[in-house]
This record gives sequence, C-alpha cells and structure tokens, in this order.
Amino acid sequence: MKKILKYVIVDIVQNRIVIIYTLLLLIISLSVFNLESNSAKGLLSLLNIILIIVPLICIIFSTIYIYNSSEFIELLVSQPLKRRTIWASIFSGLAISLSLAFFIGAGIPLLLYNADATGFMMIAMGLFLTVVFVSIAMLAAGLTRDKAKGIGLSILLWLFFSLIFDALVLFLLFQFQDYPLERLMVFFSFFNPIDLSRIQILLHMDISALMGYTGAVFREFFGNSMGIMLSFAGLTIWIFMPLLFSLKKFKAKDL
Amino acid sequence: MITAKNITKQFGKLKALDNVSVSFAKGECIALLGPNGSGKTTLIKALLGMVVPDSGTIHFAGQDIANKWRYRNQIGYMPQIGRYPENMTIAHVIDMMKDIRKADSGKHDEDLIESFGLKRMMDKRMRTLSGGTTQKVSASLAFLFNPDVLILDEPTAGLDPLSSELLKQKIIKEKQNGKLILITSHILSELDDLITEVFYMQEGRLLFHKKLSALKEETGEIKLSKAIAKIMSVKAV
Repeated sequence: MKKILKYVIVDIVQNRIVIIYTLLLLIISLSVFNLESNSAKGLLSLLNIILIIVPLICIIFSTIYIYNSSEFIELLVSQPLKRRTIWASIFSGLAISLSLAFFIGAGIPLLLYNADATGFMMIAMGLFLTVVFVSIAMLAAGLTRDKAKGIGLSILLWLFFSLIFDALVLFLLFQFQDYPLERLMVFFSFFNPIDLSRIQILLHMDISALMGYTGAVFREFFGNSMGIMLSFAGLTIWIFMPLLFSLKKFKAKDL
Repeated sequence: MITAKNITKQFGKLKALDNVSVSFAKGECIALLGPNGSGKTTLIKALLGMVVPDSGTIHFAGQDIANKWRYRNQIGYMPQIGRYPENMTIAHVIDMMKDIRKADSGKHDEDLIESFGLKRMMDKRMRTLSGGTTQKVSASLAFLFNPDVLILDEPTAGLDPLSSELLKQKIIKEKQNGKLILITSHILSELDDLITEVFYMQEGRLLFHKKLSALKEETGEIKLSKAIAKIMSVKAV
C-alpha cells in the first residue's frame, strides 16, 4: 500500500490546482484575520468560507482526479495488487494531500491568530470535512463510468449538503412549527456532515445564544465532551460509509 | 496451468463470453483467434481478474483466482492499448512497476528495453510517445519480470517490422524456456513459427481448440492462414 500511496501523493502534491487551493485558503484566512479588528469576527467569516469552499474543492478535485487516474488504475489492476489496496491508496493519497493543503492554508493562520479551543475545533472540523468529502467523491466516481455524470453527481451532492438539506430542514421546521422539533433537529444534523461541523464550531464560539431554544437544545446535547465525541463519531461514520460502499463497487468493476 | 470452466460474462445485452471452458498447459504457445468482438480480450481480462465473470470458475496453477491477487506475480500482460499515467516518464513507469513487483529484483529481464532502444528515451513523458513506442513499453513491461505466463493482446499491432521481428524472436526464446504464452493477433502469417495451439472463438463461444499440427493435417494446408480460411469456409457451408 505504501508504494502506491507514495506515487499518488507525489502526483497530487505537484498538481497545480492543489497548490492554488492552498494559496487561496492562505490568502483568505490571512486577509480575514487582518481586516477584522476583532478576531472573533474574523473567525466567523472564516467559518462560512471553510464550510462552503473546503467541501466544494475537495469533492470536485477528488472526483476529477479519480477519473483522470483511470489509466493508472487500469495498469495497477493487472498487476499483483489487491483491489482494496489500490482503492485505499488513492483515497489516502487524496485525503492526506488535501488535508495538508487545508492545514497549511487555513490551519497555520488559525494557530497564529486564534490558537484557542475554537481555533482547534475549526481545524479539526476542516480536516474532517476534507476527508469526508474525498470519501463522498470516491463514491460518486465509483458509481458511474461516465466522467460528466460523475462530476455532475458530485456537484449535486455538494449542493445537497450545503444548501438543499438545510432548506428541507427549514421547510420541515416551518411546516411543523406547532410541534417541539428541537430534539429531532439534533437527530437530523447527523445526516449532514457540514451541519455537524457547523454546530460544533458555533457552540465553541459562544453565539449559540442567538439560536434561541434550538440553540439551547444543541448546547445541551453537543456542548459537553460526550456530544463532541458523538459528533466526531458521526463524522467518522461519514468517512467510512461512502468509502466502504465505493470499495464494494470497485471490487466488482470491470476494467 | 490455467483452466477455466463455463465462464459467462454479459455486458448489457451483449454476451461477451458464453459458457467458455478452456485449459492451457505449460510450455504451449497458444493463438487466440476470432473476429473482432468475439470475446478474446474479455477472456484475457477475465484470466487477469480485470473483468469479473458472471458465472464459472478460473483456476491458475490449481488455485481459484476469484478475489485472489498473488497469482498475477506469475503473469506478464501486454494490453491491446496500453494506457499509462500521462505525466510519468518511461523511466518512472518502469521504476514504479519494479517497485510494485520487487519480489525477485536483480532478475529483471531487460532484453526488450535494450533491443527496442528505450534506454535512449527514458525521460520522455508517456503522453508524448507514439502508439508504437507505447506498445514497446507495454511489451518490455510484460517481459520484465520473467513471468511463467505471458499474455500478449495483439502484440505486434502498431510496431514497425523490425521491432515486431525482435518481439517475435523474444517470444520464441521464452517459449523454449517452457513458458505458457497466449497471443491474440489478426496477422496470421506471423503466428506460423510461434504457436503450437489454436484457440478459435466466435460470438463469445469456443469454436475449436486444437494443436497446430492437427489443424494443418486436417486441412492439408501448410500455412495457418489458409488452414483457418478452409475451416471457416467449411463451417459456413
């Protein structure tokens, strides 16, 4: 596994897009912290950027990368290698290099300007989101042979998790506003990795008071160490479920 | 060495392999023949585990290959259209393969790399290579690890006459070393002095699998191309 991983990482790290992504994150985070007088405000702006840009870049770059490596995958499959090793190497290669890009681009500025619990939580969530969306990209690319369909699917998935899911939840909330849905909201948030990250970071920023009764319920559930563990566990499931499902597909794939 | 039992593979509505059973023995050089789309490449890919058959079993040296991978250490495969990572140089690709299959390093067979003159262009990127040069790289990689079984899918397509002669000499040499060699080709004339058995497929089914000598005897022809033509015309009538 190490051998292939080495080639994948060397290939990705040299990729121009990953370098641009790193620089982009770096510029955004530095300017956000330097423009705002109050680092808490900067943190809030950075939060929104991280929750939108990181999943988008990770899912699209990974999907395209997997399709562009089809030759490489074909070459490897005819060699004495387990398919699981090949798939796991590509996943780890993508996850490691994109996490590295996030850490350099957003992690280091966060540590420089806001090295407290909130900053650490933001770095952890950014890394989690990176890996989760690489895993979802593996699934999107594993489901269809057609590159255009695969990329379309991954854009749709990103759109779903960052916009449509929240819209659906809001819709439900308004439709059933006569009923106490707060606990249900906690349950729903586990179905969306972006929401899980958002809630965890917001709770650390002490602005959950602005979220009313739902915020209080969230605080009660997620605010203690048990809740943090649970949301980490939820995100870990989000990493492994798509990955294992795509692996199952890849094992039966004809090349 | 390789036995396949009742292999069936369907791509959508197309039956690429229809209940094919074969047995290939060590030391033979077998020609896989048949019209385009008769399932030759699918059969080869099934032997390599690249295509997963819908039903049937394949045994390699007595072992079922389903979900196995170690057996591929003993196979050198030259694909019909070699596809390589575009940004890698020839040297990178060869080094990577050596890295992946380093079981018995030091025993690399670099004859073809030498004779094809690939040493001179080691730092060319794969995407800049011509079709023929890519074929040369594929051929060199197939022979590089001294495998017991060689699977060559249209090895001489796209090679210039000189290189294809070099490749033929290499195949004959390996045959004499007692290796099992599977070749598909549409150029029958060049198979005459290579092969010992003929395996003919049509529409995913095995039509016949005979010794070359028996085939020639049956038809009374000396040339493989004439013998095949004769058999086909008899079948058509």
